[in-house]
Amino acid sequence: MSLDKSEVEKIAWLARLETNDQENTVFSEELSSILDLVEQMDAADTSQVSAIAHPLDMVTRLRADAVTETDQRERFQQHAPLTEDGYYLVPKVIE
Amino acid sequence: MHQSTLAGLSEALRSKQISSTELTEHFISRCKKHNEQLNCFITINEEQALAAAKDADNIIGTDSASRLTGIPIAHKDIFCTNGIKTSCGSKMLDNFIAPYDATVVEKINQAGLISLGKTNMDEFAMGSSNETSYYGAVKNPWHLDHVPGGSSGGSASAVAAMLCPAATGTDTGGSIRQPASMCGITGLKPTYGRVSRYGMIAYASSLDQGGPMTRSAEDAALLMNVLAGFDERDSTSSDQLVEDYTERLNNPIEGIKIGLPKQYFDDGLDSEVASVIEDSIKQLEKLGAICKEIELPNTHLSIPAYYVVAPAECSSNLSRFDGVRFGYRCEDPKDLSDLYCRSRAEGFGNEVKRRIMIGTYVLSAGYYDAYYLKAQKIRHLIRDDFQTAFNEVDIIAGPTATGPAFKLNEKINDPVSMYLSDIYTVSVNLAGIPAISIPAGFVSSLPIGLQLIGNYFKESQLLNVAHQFQLATDWHQRTPEAFA
Repeated sequence: MSLDKSEVEKIAWLARLETNDQENTVFSEELSSILDLVEQMDAADTSQVSAIAHPLDMVTRLRADAVTETDQRERFQQHAPLTEDGYYLVPKVIE
Repeated sequence: MHQSTLAGLSEALRSKQISSTELTEHFISRCKKHNEQLNCFITINEEQALAAAKDADNIIGTDSASRLTGIPIAHKDIFCTNGIKTSCGSKMLDNFIAPYDATVVEKINQAGLISLGKTNMDEFAMGSSNETSYYGAVKNPWHLDHVPGGSSGGSASAVAAMLCPAATGTDTGGSIRQPASMCGITGLKPTYGRVSRYGMIAYASSLDQGGPMTRSAEDAALLMNVLAGFDERDSTSSDQLVEDYTERLNNPIEGIKIGLPKQYFDDGLDSEVASVIEDSIKQLEKLGAICKEIELPNTHLSIPAYYVVAPAECSSNLSRFDGVRFGYRCEDPKDLSDLYCRSRAEGFGNEVKRRIMIGTYVLSAGYYDAYYLKAQKIRHLIRDDFQTAFNEVDIIAGPTATGPAFKLNEKINDPVSMYLSDIYTVSVNLAGIPAISIPAGFVSSLPIGLQLIGNYFKESQLLNVAHQFQLATDWHQRTPEAFA
């Protein structure tokens, strides 16, 4: 499987990664060789095998619907790039 | 004293031959002296460490002290440490001061150990050589122009150079065991779910597992007694009873059945490494182990399946780094998309980008069945391989890595060849079982690790065999001359 530059561009957009033309060329080669490696899976017959998402047979644990987190907004927002009045600031979305 | 094990230091502290303050000062001065050469620490916490040592000295000898109170340790920079920079080896988190402690850190603090600092690592734990770190490559103390392995390369290098007596690491595809092998130390990846993932920055959540990196199996057991246990803050934490991992260390291993997977001794293995591993198997036989060849027929599928599962989970986990709530943000974003795309492009290195993109691709519409679903089915086959083997044998033995540490820059520009070097470690993560790497010899004066793999929650059996091997050999006591 090989990915051309335009496919790389599309994936980079889905992943929200800015890439330039030169990077797309390099990524297209590198990602294609990784996909070649990955495609060795095709040789295995898995028609009778079920998929597992997890190594252990686990069920999702439930907890009581109780408040466990305390409000630490100020503490956490100390690490934010830009905040105002307790809100995270981003560039204007609607003009 | 820096050559001592945790067990030895514990004894020295309790008998007042030395204070925790003296011990901490000694290790801090070694860290400062050698870090420029090795680059194994991202952050050294001198002030906090000395304050903690003073507190430890006040309680050693009282009932409030644990067996490890007052002993220094270092944390891989993937574990959140309250008030201390937690970078995960990335520019993305270069400015991130964690607002809370990971459970692993909390438990270690509660046991009274002294955190010396945060160790270097491959960016977001993605790498096998510690060359993808934003903070530069770590050097192998046995040979400064060689890599220490990765991704817990800083922890392995620091323990091997005796800058700390133990360190924490994490293992998603071999990241504790492979650097332990390449640096000549002991590294245990526990069963998935045994050690809490809370506060451990996520790479591939169904594979990630924290564990100890130490100078002996006995030390790994002592640390596991601190690290292991149920944590309600980790949704996949196991509530299986935790045993005392030191209890079985001294049991004789006579009659134990050890499987040698044919697929781990094929053409991909360096012949000199093979002979080191064969010698250590003879040693285990001398101790009474019964060895037989076994099959793990789907081993060759583990790397392809891993490079679907791990990137898929990483592309989802790393979507949280968006330049909004914490971490790196680009200058002057012109709109929201620009903010996301440029913050991520400037904040992540190339290996992280490659894995995010592979993950995004395999999960995208139309490709899910061919890649992700297929990989999950192969994961089932690999788990079944191990279960079949464990019907016949108690543990599995083989090499940890295909060769000794390679040279800096040797593989960094060829991602696929780097990936292939993890052939003996990734299947263990896909299956979720525990495995340990212990020093077993040298090739070209570089250490070689023997890997022992156990069934679910059989850590104490692995530690027992490893400890008995270490009682009969002295490979784990060898230290790099330049750091004596």
